[in-house]
Amino acid sequence: MVAQDFLVARDVSYRYAARRGVQPPEVLSNFEVTLTEGEFFCLLGPSGCGKTTVLNLMAGFLPPTRGTLTLGGQPIVGPGIDRTVVFQSDDALFTWLRTIDNVAFGLRMRGLPAERRHSIAREYLRLVHLDGQENKYPSELSGGMKQRVQIARVLATDPKILLMDEPFGALDAQTRGRLQDELVEIWRKTNKTIVFITHDIAEAILLADRIGVMTKGPGSRLGVIIPVDLPRPRRRGNPGFGEMWERINAIIEHEDGGES
Amino acid sequence: MTVSSPRDAADTMLAPPASWLGKVKPDHLVYVASIIGMILLWHVVATTFFKPQFFPGPLLVLATGEEMVASGELFEHVSISLERILAGFLIGSAIAAPAGLVMGSVPIVRAIFDPYAQFFRFVPSLAWLTPVVIWFGIGETSKVLIIVYTTVFIVLINTMVGVSHIAENKLRAAACLGATPFKSFLHVTLPATLPFILTGMRLAMGNSFATVVAAEMIAADSGLGFLIFNSRLWMATDKIFIGIVCLGALGLITDRFFRYLVIRFAHQYGPIE
Repeated sequence: MVAQDFLVARDVSYRYAARRGVQPPEVLSNFEVTLTEGEFFCLLGPSGCGKTTVLNLMAGFLPPTRGTLTLGGQPIVGPGIDRTVVFQSDDALFTWLRTIDNVAFGLRMRGLPAERRHSIAREYLRLVHLDGQENKYPSELSGGMKQRVQIARVLATDPKILLMDEPFGALDAQTRGRLQDELVEIWRKTNKTIVFITHDIAEAILLADRIGVMTKGPGSRLGVIIPVDLPRPRRRGNPGFGEMWERINAIIEHEDGGES
Repeated sequence: MTVSSPRDAADTMLAPPASWLGKVKPDHLVYVASIIGMILLWHVVATTFFKPQFFPGPLLVLATGEEMVASGELFEHVSISLERILAGFLIGSAIAAPAGLVMGSVPIVRAIFDPYAQFFRFVPSLAWLTPVVIWFGIGETSKVLIIVYTTVFIVLINTMVGVSHIAENKLRAAACLGATPFKSFLHVTLPATLPFILTGMRLAMGNSFATVVAAEMIAADSGLGFLIFNSRLWMATDKIFIGIVCLGALGLITDRFFRYLVIRFAHQYGPIE
């Protein structure tokens, strides 16, 4: 099978609006990336390098200052149900809705009757191992469970691509490890394309088909792209894991994204 | 306590079922002791140091209260004041909550109306009393309008603050899950703002009590404000105290009732304290 161009960012720059006549520096300059359908792509970079801005551009929350983003050849203008976002913060959940109605929200927007959308939502809750929690409100769930709800919620609308903004960043190490495994499992079952943002090198190696390392901001762009050919399921102790970690760490410490 | 709905189930999870006696917390005993202690102190101070006309004790107030209940006088004042408060409060909230939601969500609407909201919220409703009486007469309309005015700005400002406090992520999540701007307004902005609207309503209720008393003092021949103000002519301090006790009790009861409704029917929208 020939890998097809899926989500493509061409020469994308982003700059926040000028304040009091002072133009801030560009967050992103000439950012380019081409994603393949079905791949698990990790965007790795230090804090403040504009990873989240990339994701906001892909989601259509922000328009690029220059350049174009396309999905399957169609330009991205505004948010759309083909690109759904899992946010780092659980404040993205609808606190007044029960778990099942959070997951069914997208289906409700599409006008599906309650019974139909609840049965679909239940399927996805089972997929993220939250069966039995349907009637709880987000405030009654743990941090890990809330992120599971977010994942189920975006999957329920059957998007082409999942955009995940450090979704496990606020979780304890143990929960994070379990959710990483589960996410890989979900990805294999659903064949979704995933863009996953992280600043954790080990997390990127555990999850990704390819890791895109961003250069330091301001004006950051994608430096090297590192294919991860370690066999799955991956463990930190696997042969080759440590070497890859060192290699990526060296690129980041070199501060130039490996472009020199 | 039977579990009848998921919401109840959530409640019971937070507070395990207990017998009636088990529900009496040490706090409650302190409340009761505090109230009894204050009444005793009132009695001792009033009877030891003052003449009854100057500072009536609890027994005298109670006796006067009984008389006023028996004659139906008290019920008349209480019910008319309460009617004015509730009518004004409900009409004001019904106007202000939708207006605040729209002003908070649509920048152009906000730009048009915000100057007026910011200006008039500093003009106390009582400043309007004379013009309102000239325009609408001395009847109920004027008094209710004054309460509406008091309520509107408190609920409006709170609602607008609520809209501005919605986590951006919620609106973004809704957008990428396929919500149109209108659906997002209906399914995210409205429920997310509800705790702020309810808090605004609760504050407005308190202000409505203050306003109705003042309005009734100046332009009415019935109601608790009238009772308090009119009693001064006869030096009937005991009646004034009845009015004061009634106001405090009514305020407390309506506030508790409001709180109960929120907890019973809207607790999932956010805590109220």
